[in-house]
Amino acid sequence: MSDHKDDDLDYETTGHEWDGIKEYNKPLPKWWLWTFYLCIIWGIGYSIAYPAWPGLKSSTAGLLGYSTRGEVAEDIQAFEEANAPMNTKLAGVELASIGDDAELYGYAVSSGAAVFRTWCAQCHGSGAAGAKGYPNLLDDDWLWGGTMEDIHLTISHGIRNEEDEDARFSEMPAFGEILEAEEINQVVNYVMTLSGGTAMDASLVEAGSVVYADNCAACHADDGTGDIYQGAPNLTDAIWLYGGDYDTLHTTVTYSRYGVMPPWTERLSEAEIRAVTTYVHQLGGGE
Amino acid sequence: MALLDKHKILETNATLLLVFSFLVVTIGGIVQIAPLFWLENTIEEVEGMRPYSPLELTGREIYIREGCYVCHSQMIRPMRDEVERYGHYSLAAESMYDHPFQWGSKRTGPDLARVGGRYSDEWHVDHLRDPQSVVPESVMPKYGFLENRMIEPKYIADLMATHAMVGVPYTDDMLENAAADFNVQIDPFGDYDGLLERYPGAQVRNFDGQPGISEADALIAYLQMLGTLVDFSTFTPLASR
Repeated sequence: MSDHKDDDLDYETTGHEWDGIKEYNKPLPKWWLWTFYLCIIWGIGYSIAYPAWPGLKSSTAGLLGYSTRGEVAEDIQAFEEANAPMNTKLAGVELASIGDDAELYGYAVSSGAAVFRTWCAQCHGSGAAGAKGYPNLLDDDWLWGGTMEDIHLTISHGIRNEEDEDARFSEMPAFGEILEAEEINQVVNYVMTLSGGTAMDASLVEAGSVVYADNCAACHADDGTGDIYQGAPNLTDAIWLYGGDYDTLHTTVTYSRYGVMPPWTERLSEAEIRAVTTYVHQLGGGE
Repeated sequence: MALLDKHKILETNATLLLVFSFLVVTIGGIVQIAPLFWLENTIEEVEGMRPYSPLELTGREIYIREGCYVCHSQMIRPMRDEVERYGHYSLAAESMYDHPFQWGSKRTGPDLARVGGRYSDEWHVDHLRDPQSVVPESVMPKYGFLENRMIEPKYIADLMATHAMVGVPYTDDMLENAAADFNVQIDPFGDYDGLLERYPGAQVRNFDGQPGISEADALIAYLQMLGTLVDFSTFTPLASR
């Protein structure tokens, strides 16, 4: 304050003065000024090296020839080239013999897991446990078969979709339009007993077995074990796609179900389909 | 440097400073923004792009109304991880009929630029009703009420005319048939030839699987066409863009 050394008092000021306080007009620090000039020079260089200046029809392309599209294409190509030997091998061998080559099998399972998490997890769950209406892939209960060939076919062409004419197709009739309400009530009670459960009304089970034999056995088999060639679920295990309680079964029989899976040949490469086939096969239930 | 020494005049006249500041910002804006309106590589021409059908446009309105853009982007950036996950990176032309565009700025949920055809309609119905039933880790709210809100094409022609005013090429033919096209898109047994002629590649289905046209029908129709118009098996991107 009072003992402040006022040796700069003669220095040029801006001429502003507020209540006796004056403002020096000192130059900017040298380091700051030179950084500023360097930034300008760097900016000019950058706009020459990279796409920048607009013209009449297009902008300057830049001496380095950089483009974001070119960069992503190169990036993808580099990974594709690195994986090409394994992918070619994977797409070429017999499905059943993928497991014979430990290196190929390991590659198929881990790249298949990545494909699964990207494309399959939304319906079948990130852990492949499925959800109501979307099959659990961890158990050994298969709607359309659990061999490598079956899984490969299902993933390639999907189920009941309209995009792929090779999609596996079957359709359960809506029995609400075929059977009397009483008959539906009976057959639902019968189906509840098939997997060892108890019927809601045990007195209807016997009548239900007759309705079953006449209407359901053609697809779900006489003993209720289903038919993987028609995607008809096994009714004797306690694994339910939509639910095994009375209300859900009543809805299923009355209105039928129509689960759709999209085909994947358009979106995934053959190697990717085989990889995810291998992944699903080894989850627990592969045959 | 006589000119530079005159900066004191600017610095001591507030109004003059404002005028010159505005001038500088204007020049900067012209250099950065204006060329985008004439440069040929701003929006490349791609085959397949068409205006939204009346039902899809209605679905888009619902998408905006419900604030879907707050959590979902519609812009696949040109990076390998995004291309691997979502599909081909988005092209400027793919949102040229979007007013306003739905690029978004935050992904709480996944990008939806190419969600069309990725899931079945039934999945969308299940997922809108209760997202956690199919994706347990999801934080998305439930939108089951959309199924119960029935809609009519009362103002659809006006909406399309408004879009036409800002540059979407809706023809008179499209405007005249707006209500009919709206109604027929959920009716696979109806006469939808005109709809397909006006909007090539439009998908005609009962999207929510229930009678009548609900908001869910419109929203799913919109979602199922997102990113499907350009055929990337025949499209070759120019690397220089």
